Amino acid sequence: MTENTEPARGTSLWRDAWKRLLKNKLAVFGMIVLVLMVIAVAIGPAIIRWTTGFTYDFIPPTSDLVKSFPPSLEHPMGTDEQGRDLLARVLQGGRISLAVGLISTIVSLLIGVSYGATAGYLGGKIDNFMMRIVDIIYSIPYILIVIVLLSVFGGPNTFGWITWLSEKFGGAGNAGMSQIFLLFFALGIVSWLTMARVVRGQVLSLKNQDFVMAARATGVSTPAIIFRHLVPNTLGPVIVYATLTVPSVMLSEAFLSFLGIGVQPPYASWGSLCADGVKNLAIFPWQLIFPGVTMALTLFSLNFLGDGLRDALDPQTRKF
Amino acid sequence: MSETNGTILSVRDLKTYFQTEDGIVKAVDGISFELAKGETLGIVGESGSGKSVANLSVMRLIPEPPGKIVDGEIMFHDIDVRALSIDEVRKIRGKRIAMIFQDPMTSLNPFLRISTQLMEVTRLHLGHSKAEAYAHGVNMLQMVGIPDPESRMNGYPHELSGGMRQRVMIAMALSCDPELLIADEPTTALDVTIQAQILELIKDLKSRLGTSVILITHDLGVVAGMTDKIIVMYAGKVFEQAPTAELFATPANPYTKGLLKSVPDPVHEEGTELYQIPGLPPDVAHLPPGCPFAPRCARAEDICHREFPPFVQINANHHSLCHFAKEVYAESVQEDLQNV
Repeated sequence: MTENTEPARGTSLWRDAWKRLLKNKLAVFGMIVLVLMVIAVAIGPAIIRWTTGFTYDFIPPTSDLVKSFPPSLEHPMGTDEQGRDLLARVLQGGRISLAVGLISTIVSLLIGVSYGATAGYLGGKIDNFMMRIVDIIYSIPYILIVIVLLSVFGGPNTFGWITWLSEKFGGAGNAGMSQIFLLFFALGIVSWLTMARVVRGQVLSLKNQDFVMAARATGVSTPAIIFRHLVPNTLGPVIVYATLTVPSVMLSEAFLSFLGIGVQPPYASWGSLCADGVKNLAIFPWQLIFPGVTMALTLFSLNFLGDGLRDALDPQTRKF
Repeated sequence: MSETNGTILSVRDLKTYFQTEDGIVKAVDGISFELAKGETLGIVGESGSGKSVANLSVMRLIPEPPGKIVDGEIMFHDIDVRALSIDEVRKIRGKRIAMIFQDPMTSLNPFLRISTQLMEVTRLHLGHSKAEAYAHGVNMLQMVGIPDPESRMNGYPHELSGGMRQRVMIAMALSCDPELLIADEPTTALDVTIQAQILELIKDLKSRLGTSVILITHDLGVVAGMTDKIIVMYAGKVFEQAPTAELFATPANPYTKGLLKSVPDPVHEEGTELYQIPGLPPDVAHLPPGCPFAPRCARAEDICHREFPPFVQINANHHSLCHFAKEVYAESVQEDLQNV
């Protein structure tokens, strides 16, 4: 008992999964791209402002008729139709796009996991009722729900707490920023349905295992059994599904911004940048190419990572 | 521990039924027993005889629906368990009545560290702080004979063998020093050498802590050296109830005799085929009108197929559910005398 000081921590299932993930080249590529992308959008705008003075909403004073220039040393991605630096805008837009993907997924995760786990564990009539509600929401096109939410509660009509959140965390309490925060929740609220089904299915197969009975026999309360004993056991499929939800939410955001009801100017997201670029595709192709490629690269990486995680966390379902 | 022989658990005429598509299954149909402090009760029966359901009923762990305790009385000390709210039952579960299960491979949560699972019980019932619960957990692991408990504490269940996991389950069950431990086939899933170790451990802890034990098993060999008295269950009913030594020496029920004959005896029966009771346990949803064992019973007569047998008292502590209980008992006494 003198030299051995560090108690063994035990190899968890996570460590095994991590090893399997590292063997998957595409997943590692996806992870590296995502890490670089996150670093770029996090510190990129500050570096650009510090070195060149450009920001996402800085319009250089000029009397030229054509303000959009192709890529150059000064503007690596060119400028948009108002002369704003496209790189700064793509990075700033990446912040919003990634935030939408991440926060909406977290919202959908919170709702879906607790809803599905509760329904699955309680079972019987309650389960039946809860899952029929899911079926009903499923049958309504989700984009319709989001459009209704955004147009009814969007802009100046938004909830007080959304304005408060956007002031606190978005840096501005104006209508544009509120719209972005509303978008987080609107997309989260429509994305939890499949998550709830996945978790319910997992819980249904887990709840008859002896360890649940053992937990009940030691007097653990129902919420504690659901959230402390069952939910951690569903994390594998949940993480996999969440990584695949992120790109789908980002696509939905891009689609909404493309339609003009998502992110509003002066704020930009990859979707709204693409929408602007499409208008001028024939003359200023770089306005579409750069945001489009950046976004596609990110979505690819997320999907690679999601597939890799599925193989790593659930080796039985692996197909060769 | 104290020598008082007060009754801590008394079950009277307990009936637990399950509503299935096939009709009402009377899994437990009017069983009664009593357990004194420090006593060990063995409940023996084939699969589906209702032995587990009876004990899950005591802890109010019957899944409802389809199951329901329809009648009877469960008194734990002077607490009427059936009248308690679920919150009140939860305060008893794990603290005053603990349970260990058949398959240690699945009764520990595979995603949580041993420490998390051990600490949960004491933090819940004894109000331990994290540090207290951790120290207590290490002590408990030490007590159930797990080597190097400090490092095992931080491990996961899959790193332990079956026997070790059952030891962890026992540690968890005993960590609040319960008055009653229900062991539901604690050794069925383990191999024979480990079985003996686990039984020895339960026996040892029981005598050290003064815990009462209900040992559920289908293996008469397991209860022989462990218990003070035995209940033999068949088709949801108590077929015979007697002190352990008496039940083994002079059984008063043909079913018990059949069970005893089915235990392999390597000394006397070398070369002969092992006896087995003919037929299968009955479908509890569709019981015949007479004695449920009659179709398999060698000495069944007309009355057995027609009328439900009486619960005959042989002596103060010995009862048997049979039309011919006294006759069977007399035969057993004869055989016993010849053997000695």
